[in-house]
Amino acid sequence: MSLIQLNGIDRTFQLGDSEVHALRQINLGIDAGEYVAVMGPSGSGKSTLLNLLGLLDRPDAGHYLLEGQDATTLTAEDQARIRSERIGFVFQSFHLVPRLTAGENISLPLMLAGIAPAERNRRVASALRDFGLEDRAHHRPDQLSGGQRQRVAIARATVMHPAVILADEPTGNLDRATGEEVMELLEALNASGVTLIVVTHDQVLGARAARRLTMLDGAIVGDERKHG
Amino acid sequence: MRVADTLLFARRAASGTPLRTGLLVLAMSIGVAAVIVLTALGDGARRYVIEEFSAIGSNLLIVLPGRSETGGLNPANLVTTTPRDLTAEDADSLLQIKGVRKAAPIVVGSSEISVGGKLREVMLVGTSSDFLEVRRLQLAQGRFLPPNDVGLGSNVAVIGSVIRDELFGTASPLGKPIRVGDRRFRVIGVLSAGGRGMGMTTDELIIVPTATALAMFDTNTLFRILIEGGSRDELQSLESRVKKTLIERHDGEEDFTLITQDAVLQTFDKILRVLTLGVAGIAAISLAVAGILVMNVMLVSVTQRTGEIGLLKALGATAPTIRNVFLVEAAMLSLLGAIIGVALGEAGAAALRQFYPAFPAYPPIWAVVAGVGTALGTGLLFGVMPARKAALLDPVQALSKR
Repeated sequence: MSLIQLNGIDRTFQLGDSEVHALRQINLGIDAGEYVAVMGPSGSGKSTLLNLLGLLDRPDAGHYLLEGQDATTLTAEDQARIRSERIGFVFQSFHLVPRLTAGENISLPLMLAGIAPAERNRRVASALRDFGLEDRAHHRPDQLSGGQRQRVAIARATVMHPAVILADEPTGNLDRATGEEVMELLEALNASGVTLIVVTHDQVLGARAARRLTMLDGAIVGDERKHG
Repeated sequence: MRVADTLLFARRAASGTPLRTGLLVLAMSIGVAAVIVLTALGDGARRYVIEEFSAIGSNLLIVLPGRSETGGLNPANLVTTTPRDLTAEDADSLLQIKGVRKAAPIVVGSSEISVGGKLREVMLVGTSSDFLEVRRLQLAQGRFLPPNDVGLGSNVAVIGSVIRDELFGTASPLGKPIRVGDRRFRVIGVLSAGGRGMGMTTDELIIVPTATALAMFDTNTLFRILIEGGSRDELQSLESRVKKTLIERHDGEEDFTLITQDAVLQTFDKILRVLTLGVAGIAAISLAVAGILVMNVMLVSVTQRTGEIGLLKALGATAPTIRNVFLVEAAMLSLLGAIIGVALGEAGAAALRQFYPAFPAYPPIWAVVAGVGTALGTGLLFGVMPARKAALLDPVQALSKR
């Protein structure tokens, strides 16, 4: 059984008078522990696909099975719970809450899940240690460098031990060196068994993934695997 | 999300924008303070009037000449025309009734007083020796009118302290002759300064025996009779006995009006309570304005924090969680505003009392409770809409904003 199974997914947006087919008839299976890069020019539907996988968006047609469960028919509450427990997001612009410290930002998913403060502190401390952010725990995002911010964001995405990490252009706002560091972090997580799905239009970055999906005009036009 | 975490998160969100939060709390607190200060003024006025009336005795029965058909107090039975006089003998006869402790007839008029070439207008009151106690007055010098003077008409007078100061200066007036109208009097006493009641000061009065005043004004009818009963509980039965006696003396006709001090008090009490409520209502409008401000600011806050809301949703926050966070923030701001407002209002009322010690400007408890309640109510009510808006935000669009 695959972790993610998409069958005949369609997603249409209404932009003014015209309809935009962001996703057309997507059929896709992703197994647990895979490292997938979703590539394609902007407007090809890769972000829409990622939002859909992250249960932030609903398809107009088709079925999305996440760990064998039909996610499209779940209530909003159940979807929120799955986002909380099974999915971690990493964004291009980090999306840290500016008034909260690094530690508090990492703690957010734990707090939203209603985990007791003592357990929260323990897990945040170990996350800070894992990502080399111990001396930055009490800094606010505007006191951190770009790479540190994205490390905080990744720590936040993994603190609930999700099954899959969805990263939307995770290195888009970083220089090459720090981008490299961030990718190594994500790949290390993947090596430990977490499914990693990265959206990027960077060919070099995409080439690192074990499996590369190419999208064009809302459809998957390429699905290559690195043999090995 | 845990309750404590929701509170903490909302508090951090509020303190993250100190200027916005500060202005909002200020607006709310001004609204609450306005309610408290204005009701303190209104209720202070009520207490002031009640205290004025209480100064002339709380178990008083007042007899007015003439019959008014309406009940209670209205301007028509303060000035009445009478078919039959209410006489000094009527007043004297009331003293025989069981339960009547004192009975003071009152005749009033204005006259001129002159001493050694100094002349001024005065209010002259003709009454009996009981007047002093019924009106709870104090003497500064000498003695009051002699008892049992009904019908005698002695030419003795008791003067107010202002009259003494103006006509005699620092010299003692006791035993000195004065001229009032075309009569000569001998001053036998001076009232203490500061006697008040029913809005007139006794400092500028001159008091003479009833019969003398009646003769001076060439009349038979009294302005009114003040009767002091034993206690407030007995007042009801005393009223009927007084009524019976007077009807007998007036050939079976009820051509007078009996009012109790209580009835007068209650009327004023009612009027001023309504007044206070009205003022409180006006002040409450400022609270409603503050409530709308809360809504406005929270709406702006939702817009500013769109990205954060999207993020929270991506991290697993449910719509109710987001709504609660924003609602709690609105409630916190309102509560803080209300608390500061109560402090400001109480301080304002205390300042009023400091500057006008005679004016009991204490805000009533109900006004404080209502002020705080309205602040919280409007804050929450107007907080619901922005909170709902935040909860319903589409996470995809929310996240795409920077």
